[in-house]
Amino acid sequence: MPREVRDVVFVDGVRTPFGKAGGMYANTRADDLVIRCIRELLRRNPQLPPERVEEVAIAATTQIGDQGLTIGRTAALLAGLPKTVPGFAIDRMCAGAMTAVTTVAGGIAMGAYDIAIAGGVEHMGRHPMGEGVDPNPRIVAEKLVDPSALVMGATAENLHDRVPHITKERTDAFALASQQKTAKAYANGKLQGDLVSMAIRDDEGGWGLATVDEAPRDTSLEKLATLKTPFRPHGKVTAGNAAGLNDGATASLLAAEDTARELGLPVAMRLVSYGFVGVEPEVMGVGPIPSTEKALRIAGLSIDDIGLFELNEAFAVQVLAFLDHFGIADDDPRVNPWGGAIAIGHPLASSGVRLMTQLARQFAEHPEVRYGLTAMCIGIGMGGTVIWENPHWTGSAVPAGQEGNE
Amino acid sequence: MSALAAPNEVVTRALLRQVNVPGLARPAALITLDNGFDHTKPNSFGPGGLTSLDEAITAALAADPAFVAVTGKPYIFCVGADITSLPQLADREQALEIGRLGHRVFARLKDSTVPTFAFVNGAAMGGGLELALHCHYRTLSGGASALALPEVSLGLIPGWGGTQLLPNLIGIPAATQVILQNPLMQNKMLKPKQAAELGIADVLLEPADFLERSLQWAAGVVRGEITVTRPEVDRDMWAGVLYFARQTLDARLHGAVPAAYKALDLLETAKDADFAAGTAAEDEALADLIFSEELRSGLYAFDLVQRRAKRPAGAPDRGLARPVNKVGIVGAGLMASQLALLFARRLQVPVVLTDLDQGRVDKGVGYVHTQIEKAVTKGRMDKGTAAKLYGLVSGSVDKAAFADADFVIEAVFEDLDVKKQVWAELEKIVSPEAVLATNTSSLSVTAMAAELEHPERVVGFHFFNPVAVLPLLEIVRGERTDDATLATAFAVGKQLKKSSVLVSDAPAFVVNRLLTRFLGTVFAAVDAGTPLDVANAALDPLGLPMRPLALLQLVGPAVAYHVGGTLHGAFPDRFAVSENLRRIAESGQPIVVDDEINADVAKLLVVGDEPLTAEQVRRNALDALAQEVRLMLDEGVVAEAQDIDLCLILGAGWPFHLGGVTPYLDRTGTSERVTGRRFLPPGVASLPA
Repeated sequence: MPREVRDVVFVDGVRTPFGKAGGMYANTRADDLVIRCIRELLRRNPQLPPERVEEVAIAATTQIGDQGLTIGRTAALLAGLPKTVPGFAIDRMCAGAMTAVTTVAGGIAMGAYDIAIAGGVEHMGRHPMGEGVDPNPRIVAEKLVDPSALVMGATAENLHDRVPHITKERTDAFALASQQKTAKAYANGKLQGDLVSMAIRDDEGGWGLATVDEAPRDTSLEKLATLKTPFRPHGKVTAGNAAGLNDGATASLLAAEDTARELGLPVAMRLVSYGFVGVEPEVMGVGPIPSTEKALRIAGLSIDDIGLFELNEAFAVQVLAFLDHFGIADDDPRVNPWGGAIAIGHPLASSGVRLMTQLARQFAEHPEVRYGLTAMCIGIGMGGTVIWENPHWTGSAVPAGQEGNE
Repeated sequence: MSALAAPNEVVTRALLRQVNVPGLARPAALITLDNGFDHTKPNSFGPGGLTSLDEAITAALAADPAFVAVTGKPYIFCVGADITSLPQLADREQALEIGRLGHRVFARLKDSTVPTFAFVNGAAMGGGLELALHCHYRTLSGGASALALPEVSLGLIPGWGGTQLLPNLIGIPAATQVILQNPLMQNKMLKPKQAAELGIADVLLEPADFLERSLQWAAGVVRGEITVTRPEVDRDMWAGVLYFARQTLDARLHGAVPAAYKALDLLETAKDADFAAGTAAEDEALADLIFSEELRSGLYAFDLVQRRAKRPAGAPDRGLARPVNKVGIVGAGLMASQLALLFARRLQVPVVLTDLDQGRVDKGVGYVHTQIEKAVTKGRMDKGTAAKLYGLVSGSVDKAAFADADFVIEAVFEDLDVKKQVWAELEKIVSPEAVLATNTSSLSVTAMAAELEHPERVVGFHFFNPVAVLPLLEIVRGERTDDATLATAFAVGKQLKKSSVLVSDAPAFVVNRLLTRFLGTVFAAVDAGTPLDVANAALDPLGLPMRPLALLQLVGPAVAYHVGGTLHGAFPDRFAVSENLRRIAESGQPIVVDDEINADVAKLLVVGDEPLTAEQVRRNALDALAQEVRLMLDEGVVAEAQDIDLCLILGAGWPFHLGGVTPYLDRTGTSERVTGRRFLPPGVASLPA
């Protein structure tokens, strides 16, 4: 039967404030974080009849306990969606939520359903990285992958070895800028719109309410320079120039563009293309470079067509390697204008949708930008990139940031 | 304050946190009530808890918050005053003081110039709900499990403002329902939706994100974006509603429950009195009631039902119980069909009914199916459960269907030989370990088992009518019943959600023996010439759930006559056979029609010419009860007087304010006069000596 590929749009996205592992969400269940996001998403879009949601894809890296039990399905039920709405769990480590988005987008594009929820959750306080893993002994016996590939910080040190021109000073400067950009974005009210408040509780204070990210901090180059390098003696990777261990969840609404128009749902971004590519696991941080090249190739675009970048800052070195590869300055205003994971935090499988919600808000502020991308590195050596078109684009052919070249 | 210190109080602490709520410039003060335990040990208020709340309110207000909100720990808001400490209060002055302390602390939430909110996240009863009523606004979670002002059921009143605030919030008809009617109707609780509809809460929110939404809602109220409107309370109907309530109360309790009447008086006060005067009246009423016999009996009865009923005295080690994966029911009559439905529903295992012919079997199974359909139609059972139950209940004329049953209960005609024949036949079919249970109400379990090859697996399993409603199960140990059989019976009783009491194989066990003795005195009075209406009303001052003739009608005159015969056979000097009862039974006519004595039945009676006064009838009835209870305890029918009381409360609906019966017999001096001693030491179910 003849089939038409449909345009897929990002309607809306929300996230909980991100917490520090062992911090404000210490007594909060992981599934409750993502359930809260799903409920808020529905509440913010009352035009959407809940039964029109036809798929719920929720990512978690460690699918154990309150992140297990086919979390996409159980979270849908617990969020109060009709029982007829199916769901599934998804895992691609740090790119879980991103993969949830691209997967349901594929389903929408080929007509399997019209509307889906995609998101992710990671409660790293309850589920530390590597909890319950059982690596195949062949990895060591057959030297398939260097054992350091399983320790993300070690892969970042490995990446430093490959790109010796990226100094520790440069990564610290990038990290400081991330903190400063996030502080400024908060002060200007840029980030609050994505946040859903979250009930928290502890034995001494009783109930409380999380309304802002817990991780951002006031720091300086001097302070950053003094931090330990836990992954290698005299190494370069510190808690200051890497994303922390965080708790948080995200959820987004994806729809076929015609369905969104039919229901009067907002269109925040239009999906152009995406790519996932594998790289050497020992230097997983380079992943976004080939995945971006792939997504650009599929879209028929060049890097110069991209007016806004939301890059996940798992490690400063990995972002800088990307920027160097594509010839973009460390302080290019198109890149992470409101800071990134180094300041905000990176609850693994949830982060992909945070990149998207921020890109969507920036699109609305930048009608002169036509294309933007979200990209991230992924454990066990992968990269993922999604390219989006700005529906608010006013038609100028000039990509943002290149006005001066005309 | 120090005078009130309750050394054993599990203090519910009021934890304070400043909370930034999106959209508000200043933080709000959020107070969490939390006693540090999980939901199985709910929050309650004693002097320590009230002091903690007082301090939290002080600290909250000191920070000039956008609003003050009080909420609970997961699943529990607060279930009210710590009643277990009430008997420790030394005197009436201390009782007054605990009332005043609650009023003073709660009033701060009412009088606050900063808006106050209760976020009722879970169970809220008594003082917990009264705390919420003091707040300016209330949100309520759809997941809150129990909402009530149950004080009157125990012998108290909602004396921390409940009687004054509630009628002025939701109107006098609804307040009367919540404060009086519900507590006296097996302590009925409100569901969240009902509570919201009554106006107890301003908004009902889903449990999933109740706190977040409550804070958001409160912020909306504070910012003026949400206007809370409450219907005007109709003050014209006030007196009329209370007049009607008083009549209903009189008709039912005849003045027996002082708490109910005090509550009624306070509801009357609430119409016009200013709040301070109203709460002062509450303090006085509370102090009176705390030092009343009825409350002490109520607390005793509450403890029996809450604790003793869950850990039956004398039950063998649970580990001895054998699994029950299939149940057989001998007989397919009404009782058997009710049992089939109950077993299938609670045990979720196959249940087979047998009877002599296919017609009866089909009728029995048909009854079960009809009941299931009704439950589904009324929304009390989901379709999946119904489908499962249809599959579980079957019928057969061939008792071979019992071959693999682990538990067989008989509900055939009350005749020893018939029952012996049933067991003898069954023993050839079932395994040697299958439990054979009898629902006999008066026959000897030991005699029934006597000629069996395995008499050790026979046990009495006596339900009370209506089976689905009355929670008591008398588990009867025959002389040769072994521990494994008994443990299995207790395990099955628990699965059936019944409260089991272990009784020995004495004629008519506990409830029927006492009720028969009791009714026997009433009938003796009638036989002697006491007018039916005088005899029938003679026990009114006790406030029993029904009058003697209504009880007789419920039991069925024929059954009563039969049980009476058995007891007469065992104890001819104490249990007479009333010819008048036989005449009534044989007539088949109802004794009571529309609460009136049936004149046609009255005409059947042949009576003497020595009528008794109501006073004399009552005295005879109570004396007989005291004598019989003492004899039963001496015979070892049950372990303790507590078990007698538990049986009467759960199996006959005898009221809390009598403590079952022995506390009442003690406090009226009946036990000492008749038996020479009390059943319970002073202070156990009564005021201290």
